[in-house]
Amino acid sequence: MNATIALAGNPNSGKTTLFNALTGARQHVGNYPGVTVEKKEGSYRIEGLNMNVVDLPGTYSLTAYSLEEVVARDFLVQEKPQTVVNIVDASNLERNLYLTIQFLELGVPVCIALNMMDIAEKRGIEIDIKKLSALLGVPVVPTVARNGTGKQELMAEAAEIVLKQFKMSPLEISYGDDIDNALNEMAVIIRAGRFMTDTYPDQWIALKYLENDEQIRSLGQKQNPGLSKKLKKIVDRVSAHISRTLNTYPEAVIADHRYGYIKSLIRQGVIHYRQDQSRLHISDKIDKIVTNRLAGPLIMIAVIFGLYQFSFTYSEVPIGWLEAFFGWLGGITDTYLPDGLIKSLIISGIIGGVGGVLGFVPLIMFMFLGIAMLEDSGYLARVAFMLDRVFRLFGLHGSSVMSFIISGGIAGGCAVPGVMATRTLKSPKERLATLLTAPFMNCGAKLPVFALLVAAFFAEKEAMMMFIITMISWGGALLVAKLLRTTIIKGESTPFIMELPPYRLPTFKGLAIHTWERTWQYIKKAGTVILGISIMLWAMMTFPGLPESQKQLYEQQRQMLLSGTGSTVIGEIRAAGEYSELSEAAKDVKDRLTGIDAGEAEAALKNSVAGRFGTTLENVTQLAGFDWRTNMALVGGFAAKEVVVSTLGTAYSLGEVDPEETRLLSDKLASAPGWSPLTALSLIIFTIFYAPCFVTVVCIAREAGSWKWGVFSMVFNTVLAFLLATAVYQIGSVLI
Amino acid sequence: MQTINMRQMKKNQSGTIKAISASGELGRRIRDMGLVPGTEIRIMGRAPLYDPVALRTIGFTLTLRNKEADYIQVEVEA
Repeated sequence: MNATIALAGNPNSGKTTLFNALTGARQHVGNYPGVTVEKKEGSYRIEGLNMNVVDLPGTYSLTAYSLEEVVARDFLVQEKPQTVVNIVDASNLERNLYLTIQFLELGVPVCIALNMMDIAEKRGIEIDIKKLSALLGVPVVPTVARNGTGKQELMAEAAEIVLKQFKMSPLEISYGDDIDNALNEMAVIIRAGRFMTDTYPDQWIALKYLENDEQIRSLGQKQNPGLSKKLKKIVDRVSAHISRTLNTYPEAVIADHRYGYIKSLIRQGVIHYRQDQSRLHISDKIDKIVTNRLAGPLIMIAVIFGLYQFSFTYSEVPIGWLEAFFGWLGGITDTYLPDGLIKSLIISGIIGGVGGVLGFVPLIMFMFLGIAMLEDSGYLARVAFMLDRVFRLFGLHGSSVMSFIISGGIAGGCAVPGVMATRTLKSPKERLATLLTAPFMNCGAKLPVFALLVAAFFAEKEAMMMFIITMISWGGALLVAKLLRTTIIKGESTPFIMELPPYRLPTFKGLAIHTWERTWQYIKKAGTVILGISIMLWAMMTFPGLPESQKQLYEQQRQMLLSGTGSTVIGEIRAAGEYSELSEAAKDVKDRLTGIDAGEAEAALKNSVAGRFGTTLENVTQLAGFDWRTNMALVGGFAAKEVVVSTLGTAYSLGEVDPEETRLLSDKLASAPGWSPLTALSLIIFTIFYAPCFVTVVCIAREAGSWKWGVFSMVFNTVLAFLLATAVYQIGSVLI
Repeated sequence: MQTINMRQMKKNQSGTIKAISASGELGRRIRDMGLVPGTEIRIMGRAPLYDPVALRTIGFTLTLRNKEADYIQVEVEA
C-alpha cells in the first residue's frame, strides 16, 4: 500500500533534519507547480506501507501571506496527505503549537513529532507527553532528529493513522463571544449553500473570512458571489463592533484566543520547568560577543573573508583537474578529428562551452558547503541582523550581503553561486532586487579584463584603480537596487520579523545533502540550456566564414612565403615540436606564418555574424568610444567575461590570447589608434554593468521563477552600462 | 508600572506586551511569532547600528526593526 505523508512545522524546528534522517539519499527535489518554492520528496518504508514523504516549506502560520504558507496549505487541502507529521520544537513549545492549532482547525490528521527533546532537557524543560497528547487528541512522539532517535516510533504512529484511516473533526475553540456568534451564523449560511464545503470545513471557511484571508475570499467570490457578499457583510458588522469596543481587528482577536488556548493547555501541567527560564542560554552568551557593537562587525568580516578563502582556495585544485581534463579532451579531439567545422564546433562550442561551465562546479560546491555551514549553524541570521540597517536604505535586506560578497563584492567571486545564494532570503521583493544587482560585482572572470586595461593605461596606479573599480560596482549595485525598489519592484519592505535561532553544530548529513542538491541542479543546467547557448555563440563567431576568394588570398600569401624559403628551413619547421628551439631563419618564417594565420582569423571574425553585428553597432557605440573589435569582444563576453580578452586578441591579430598572459595585448592596446585612457575607463565601466554572462542569466531566470527577469537583466544592464559608459566617455572628452 | 513603546526599551529591560496596533501583514507576522497582549518579553540587545532590536519571548529570540517595534506597547516597571 502507498501513502503520502507531509512533514510540516516551523522553520528551525529540525524539519529538514528529520526529513533527511527519514529519507536519506532517497530524495527528489522539484518545484510546486507554477511557483519557485522547492518541493522535496522522499520515500520511507515500513512493513506493508510505502510512504511518500513530502517536506512542506517551513512556516509559522497557515495564513495566505507568504508563498510558503499558501503552498503548504494548498498541499494539505488539495493533495490530502493521509497524515501530517507536525514537527514541534520541544524547547519552544508555545510558539510551535500555534501552527499545530491551525492544522487542527483545518481538520487534517496530525501526528506530532516532539523534536529537540535533548535541548529541552538541557534547558530544564520537562514535558508530560501523555498529557499533551490527550489534551490535543493526537499522537505525540518524542524525537531527536539529529541522531534519529524516535524516528521509527514516529513513523509507526503515522502508519497507524494511515492504516486505520483515522479521521479528525476540525478543532473548534472559543474565540470570544463576538467571533463565536459570527462564526455560528456564517457556518449555517455556508452549510446551507454548500459553499466550498467539498474542500474545506465550514467553520474554517467562516474563520478565514473573518481573518481577511485573500485566497479564500477570492475563491469564494468566484464560486458564489452572492453568498460571499453575505458573509463579508457579517464580517464587516463584527469588525466594526470589535473596533468600537476593543479597538482591534477580528484577526488579532482570533490569534489572541489561539494563544490563550495554548497557554491554558500548557497550564494544565504539560510543562514543568526544573530551572529558571530567564537565565541565559549558551547561544545568548555567544551572541553577546558575536553581535557586539565592536567585536560583531570585525568577526563578521573575518567570517566572510574566511568563507571566501575557503571556497576559492580549496576549489582551485579540483578546478585545475577539470580544466586539465577538458584540455586533454580538446587535445584528443584536435589530434583525431580532421580540421573543419565539426572539429571547431566540438572544441570551441561544446568542450569550451560546457567545460567552461562545469569548471565552476567545484567552486559552487565549496561555496555552498560554506554557506550551508553558516546557515545551519545560525550565523547567517546574525549577519542579516547586523547589516539590515545599511541594506534597508537601498531597499534590500540584511541577508543580501552574502549574495553580493559571493558575486564578487570582494573582487574575484562569481555571480552564479551569488545568485543562487539569494535563496536564503525570505522576502520576495528584496530577494529579486538582490539577485538582479549582484551580477554588478566584480567576478573572477571580469578581473582579467580589468587587469588588461589597467596594465595598458593606468600602469602606475594599479592598486588604486582596482579599489576604485570595486567601489564603483558596490555603489552601482546598491543604487540600482534602490532604483529598482522604487520603480518596478516597489513596495513596502517585508517586515524584518526574523527568528535568531540558537547556534547549532550543523550535521554532516545535512551539509552533504544541501551541497549536493545545489551542485546537481547546476550541473543539469550546464547539460541543457547552457550547451545550447554556447553552440549558438560559437556559430555567431564562426559563420559565415570568409568567402573562398579571400581564403585563397591568405593561402597565396602562405605559398609565396614558403616558396621563397629554403627546403631545409621548411623541413626544420615541419619536424619541430611545440617547444623545440628553432634557428633564426626558421623562427622568422614561422612567425610570419603565424601572422598570416592571425590575419585570416581576424578577417574571418570580422566577417562573422558577431563581427558584422559589432560593425553595425559601431555607429552607436562610438558614443562610448567602442569600435567593432570591442563590440564583438563584448558579445563574446556574454559567454564568459574573460572571453572579452581572448576575442580582443583575435581581433587585433594576435591569435589566441591566454587571459592569464596579456602583456602582449596590453602593449598593443596602449599603442593602438582609437585607444586612450578614457576609452579604457569607458570600457571598464561598461564591463562592470553590462549583461551578466549567460550562465548567470540562466540562474537569474531560474531563481526569479521567470525568463522575463533573465531577459530583463540582459537588456536593462546593457542599456544602463551603455548610458554610463557614454556619459564617462563624452564628459571625459570635453574635459580633456 | 507604565506603558511605553518597545523602541524606548533599554537593553535587558523586561516587560509585558499591552497592545499591538499593527494590522495587515505586519500585524499577522508579529502575532505569528507569539507577540500578543500578555506575552512577556525582554530586550536582548540591538544591532551595531542600533536597529534592528533582538528580543527574547516565550523561549526564543527574534528580531524586529525599530519602526516595527513602534507598533508594540509594553508595560514595564517604572
